[in-house]
Amino acid sequence: MRQLLPLLLALPLSLSAGEWSSEITFEGRLFTEEALSDAQSDSNLSVAFETEFYHDWDDGKQSITFTPFIRWDQQDEARSHTDIRELMWLYAAEEWELQAGLGRVFWGITEAIHLVDIINQTDLVESPDGEQKLGQPMVKLSLEREIGIFDLFILPGFRERTFPGEDGRLRSHPHVDGDQANYESSDEARHIDLALRWSHSLGDWEVGLSHFYGTSRDPRFQLATDNSQPVLTPYYDLIHQTGLDIQATLGDLLWKLEAISRRGQGEQYIAAAGGFEGTLVGIFDSNADLGLIAEYLYDDRNKEAPTPFQNDLFLALRWTANDEQSLEILGGVILDLDSDARVLNLEASRRLGEDWKASLQGRFWQQIPISDAGYGMSRDDYIEVTLRRYF
Amino acid sequence: MRNNLFLVLLLLPLTLFAETAEERGLAIAVEAERRDTGFSDFQATMGMKLRNKHGEESNRHMRTTALEVENDGDKTLIIFDRPRDVKGTAMLTFSHKSGQDDQWLYLPALKRVKRISSRNKSGPFMGSEFAYEDLASQEVEKYSYKFLREEQLDGIDMLVSERDPVDPSSGYTYQVVWIDKAEYRPFKIDFYDRKKTLLKTLTLTGYQQYLGQYWRAGTMSMINHQTGKSTVLSWKDYKFRTGLKTSDFTRNSLKRAK
Repeated sequence: MRQLLPLLLALPLSLSAGEWSSEITFEGRLFTEEALSDAQSDSNLSVAFETEFYHDWDDGKQSITFTPFIRWDQQDEARSHTDIRELMWLYAAEEWELQAGLGRVFWGITEAIHLVDIINQTDLVESPDGEQKLGQPMVKLSLEREIGIFDLFILPGFRERTFPGEDGRLRSHPHVDGDQANYESSDEARHIDLALRWSHSLGDWEVGLSHFYGTSRDPRFQLATDNSQPVLTPYYDLIHQTGLDIQATLGDLLWKLEAISRRGQGEQYIAAAGGFEGTLVGIFDSNADLGLIAEYLYDDRNKEAPTPFQNDLFLALRWTANDEQSLEILGGVILDLDSDARVLNLEASRRLGEDWKASLQGRFWQQIPISDAGYGMSRDDYIEVTLRRYF
Repeated sequence: MRNNLFLVLLLLPLTLFAETAEERGLAIAVEAERRDTGFSDFQATMGMKLRNKHGEESNRHMRTTALEVENDGDKTLIIFDRPRDVKGTAMLTFSHKSGQDDQWLYLPALKRVKRISSRNKSGPFMGSEFAYEDLASQEVEKYSYKFLREEQLDGIDMLVSERDPVDPSSGYTYQVVWIDKAEYRPFKIDFYDRKKTLLKTLTLTGYQQYLGQYWRAGTMSMINHQTGKSTVLSWKDYKFRTGLKTSDFTRNSLKRAK
């Protein structure tokens, strides 16, 4: 509490003394197949702006970070949105740190999916890969000890997942009406969630063990109506989730395993992802590296799993030129081992001069059966061009 | 026993004079390290100017902190400022006298700390002509040595040795190092690739002494003879004994790095 007063006193000062870094992203998408719904379009333009303000004082022990985000989308009202990605005060002592505010926390090690990662809600309208997250209100205490790092989280307030609107592509059919969300907890979005994580580096091993109790970040869906049109409505359960992540860095290879056990969302279930990542350095006598990733994705709910990744194989190649412009090309595929379904992802990016970055991406859903959780996007193959300016 | 001792005593003067080239090479490296021991910690900024053979330039900017660890390699943290698309990325390295270094990368866009393989040391650092291993903490144990000759370089008396990386994942078969006789500072290093062909030359200039003992080069110029590309690395704002602690080199501090 003693820290709060100096913080408030320092705030006006820090806003004038801090450092700003910003990026603006221009994005164009072309969908190569006819949409499932008449409301959807075959092309889209969008612009996003994010800026980060950072200031530290008290000899670097205290800092504040503020990161607002805004997107405008040509077709989808739901994708035109704003968020505060971060508004965080941090106090770092020698063996502990305290954070309070809105922030982003990442847990885990695998590349294809992030099972263990649970603190933040997914900003799904941003990208169908779910990598973009909404700022989460939290108080976090981190203790660094000989036997590892202990992180304790109090998470007051839940963020609802964003979903593409009726006019947007890359969505379910019918679309999700987020305004009609229902909760298991009578506190609804005001339920206070708790989380605890222990992580440690032991020689070549990185180990993490975590537990979360609170509102599930991924909802189940119920069929309902909106203006007598069918819609899906999210239902957020109260869950307990225990997570384990292990990485062994043995020579050139990174061996990875993530596993979770979740209770409170239907039957208790277990899901896991594991595999390896390796890099061939300086292939063909060049400066380029070739990275190889293989991961197996498992969910013991099998066909009933609301995820398309219940018995799947993820394979990816990442070619890094290591040149001045950081040219990178990534190709990945997720193969469903129970059907012929596959999702292809191709990405290339490079810097243009000092302050611009260009990237090209293609995502393709092939032979998705109607029973697959990813069927809604089976006609949403797209090619995306983004141009980003940093300043 | 007494006979053996007698033999040893008899041979002792002989062995002192008959120091092999390997022994002398090692002795030079050990002396250079001895003179650079005890700095405790330092921080500095690094500016890199990359130039391709058409003369086009691009810039990198980083900040680094390092902590001396007794009886092991240093701990270092590098924070990237430029180019802006990698701003906030940070790399933590625990180097070891023997075995692989431990290395973690912090990716700010995802707030993710990733343990990476330090075997990938022969690759270019930020697209420059410096490989990761060229910038790593230079421990005596990481090479085997052979003294070659004494000669003058730009009028300064030099000790010239060959050193072979112990680690088979190094990109080099051997390096030739020019160290000045007076202060044991490296002035020039020739790097020979896996085909034993001259690949790069590093020239170190603008030496300044800190705390009355520790010499640091202000400019390190790397020229790649095979591609015609070059990188000039400028070190600025050196500060020694700033009071850094082990707790400034943890996974948590990596996330905090700004």
